[in-house]
Order: sequence, then structure tokens, then C-alpha cells
Amino acid sequence: MSRERRRLLAFVPSAVLLGGLLVWGLWDIPDFGTAHHEYARWLTGHVTAQRHVSNVVSGVVFDYRGWDTAGEEVIVFAAVTGTALLLRTTRDPDVEPTRDVETSDLTRRAGDVAVPLVVLVALWTASFGYVTPGGGFQGGVIAATAALLTWLTGSYRRHRALTPVPLVDGAEGGGVLGYLLIGCIGLLAGSAYLANVLPHGSPGALPAGGTIALLNWATGVAIAAAMVLIFHEFLEEHLLALTEREEGR
Amino acid sequence: MTVLPFLVAALLFLAGLYGVVTSRSYIHLAVCLAVTQSATYVALLSVGYVRNGQPPVTKGSTPGKPFVDPVVQAMTLTDVVVSVAVLALVLSLAMLAHRTHGTVDPEQMRETRG
Repeated sequence: MSRERRRLLAFVPSAVLLGGLLVWGLWDIPDFGTAHHEYARWLTGHVTAQRHVSNVVSGVVFDYRGWDTAGEEVIVFAAVTGTALLLRTTRDPDVEPTRDVETSDLTRRAGDVAVPLVVLVALWTASFGYVTPGGGFQGGVIAATAALLTWLTGSYRRHRALTPVPLVDGAEGGGVLGYLLIGCIGLLAGSAYLANVLPHGSPGALPAGGTIALLNWATGVAIAAAMVLIFHEFLEEHLLALTEREEGR
Repeated sequence: MTVLPFLVAALLFLAGLYGVVTSRSYIHLAVCLAVTQSATYVALLSVGYVRNGQPPVTKGSTPGKPFVDPVVQAMTLTDVVVSVAVLALVLSLAMLAHRTHGTVDPEQMRETRG
């Protein structure tokens, strides 16, 4: 029997079984769009009064389920550290990527305008994350695209100069460590880990939400650094491959 | 009864799984894994949707109108970012396999067989 057929023989019955399980599991759930979720109703009714934040999703992410987010931060940190370790240690240290993109003056000028604008949008998204839709996760990813824009509209050298490795590595570790340490404020105040014990401020204002604001920023820094670090490693690989191909010719 | 969003989630899940099973390349495998993961987002957001609902932001909201579920949105939001980081890790493993074995086809990597 060929490998193909053996694979198919294993897949088809298990797919039918899993498909059946999925249908069975989905059978009794409430109709689409009509569900009444007790937990959700409680949260949307109480988050603004209890924590003085108006974006309930941020309240859930950084307060009511802040412990889950701590886990997510550690997963991101582990995955990004693993990526950096794997690619950095196996690279030939003597080979430098000599090939770089050459962009026109117009593209560079467009980049000069676009990069600060994108950074501004990122800061706005992150800082108002607990008032209006947004937050550290979204803001961090937008900030990372600004770093990628410096490569697209400028050069790789410029991209690396603007995002030095010590800064990115430090921001990644510092952001995640910051999140975990902010959780200790609750312990110091004699409450539970990640308990929101700081003053909550007035609803709708930026200095509101207590630890939600701090955790929001720690997340923004950690996520932005994580994405930039991924860009670094894969861009380096890409340019090394281009350099190698050119030298081989 | 509208089951279409849930069927889409199940179909996406199975499509991704089919790709994982028939994959001949670690890069293809990583992308199929991402498709499978996306199915969970569709499932979560469909569970949280409320007809005639409004976004779970109390600032400027209409009183009396139901909010969509913020819990599933929070779960999806964090997982989207996490999945990108994990995808990067899987892709770097694929790159390492290519560097040491010259192939990304799991079938051709004899040395790794147990």
C-alpha cells in the first residue's frame, strides 16, 4: 500500500468522526445571534461602574481575565525568543547581507511622512484602548508596521538603525516582565495577584482604570517588540539568501 | 435556525486539517495550521454575536440595546497576536530544517525518523 493511501485511510475515518463530533457539539448551542450570555451581560453591565473603563473588551483582557492575558504574553515571549534563538545561533556569523533595497527619493520622502503618522495612529490606538475600541495588542501591531515601513520605503540598513537590537530585545523582555510585575502590585496591597488595587480615576479619561492602563502599555510595548523582532530575523534571512544567490552566480 | 456561521467554522477547521494531513512541506503545514486556528475565531465570534447588538463599548452606547459578547472578542483578540508569534516559530523551524537537511518535505527527512 502506498504512503498516500495509508494517509488517506487514517484521515477519512478520523475526519468523519471529528466532523460528527463537531456537528454534535454545535447542535444544541443557541441560535446564531440570539444567545444570552450571563457572564457577558454581567460584564457589560458592571465593568464601567467597577473599573471606570468604557471599552469592556479591554476591561476583560487586562482585568477580569488578566491572568489569561499573562499566559498569552508568556506564550508570545517564548515563541519569539525561540524564533530568535533558532535563527540567530544557526546563522553564519561571518556572512553579512550585502544586498539592500534601493528606493527612489520619492519613496523615501513618502516614508518620512507615513512612518510618523503610523506611529501616531499606534499610540492613539494603544492609549485610548480602554476608552474606545483599541488597546495594547492592536497598538503594538500597528507600531511594528511602522518599523516595517522604514524598510519598505527606506533601506534595510535604515530599518536596523532605527530599531537597534538591544532596544527591541529589551522592550520585548521588559514589556512581558512589566506585565508580570504589575500583577504583583495586587500582592503588595494585600490582595490577589493582578488584582486592580490602584485608584480608578474618572470614567472616559486617560488616567483611568487603575492597573488596566499600566497592563495595556506593558502589552503594547511587548507586542510591538515581538513583531519587530520577528521582522528582523526573517528580513535578515531573506537578504542573506539574496546575497548568497548573487555571490553564487 | 441559522447554523451557517458554525458550519463555516467547522468547514474551515476540516479544510485546515485536511491540509495538515496531506501536507508535503513544513511551510504549507504552518499555513494550514493557521487556517485551522482561524476556524476557532469564526466559531468564537459567531457564538458571541447578538442580533441588533452593539459593540461592547459603553461610551456613546445606546441604552437598552444589547451588547455583543466581549469575552469571546477578548479571547480572539489575544489569540490572533499569539498565533502570529507561534507561526513565526514554526516557520523558523522549517527554515532550520531546510538549512540542515536541504528539504522542507517531512517525508524526505530520513535522519529524523525514530
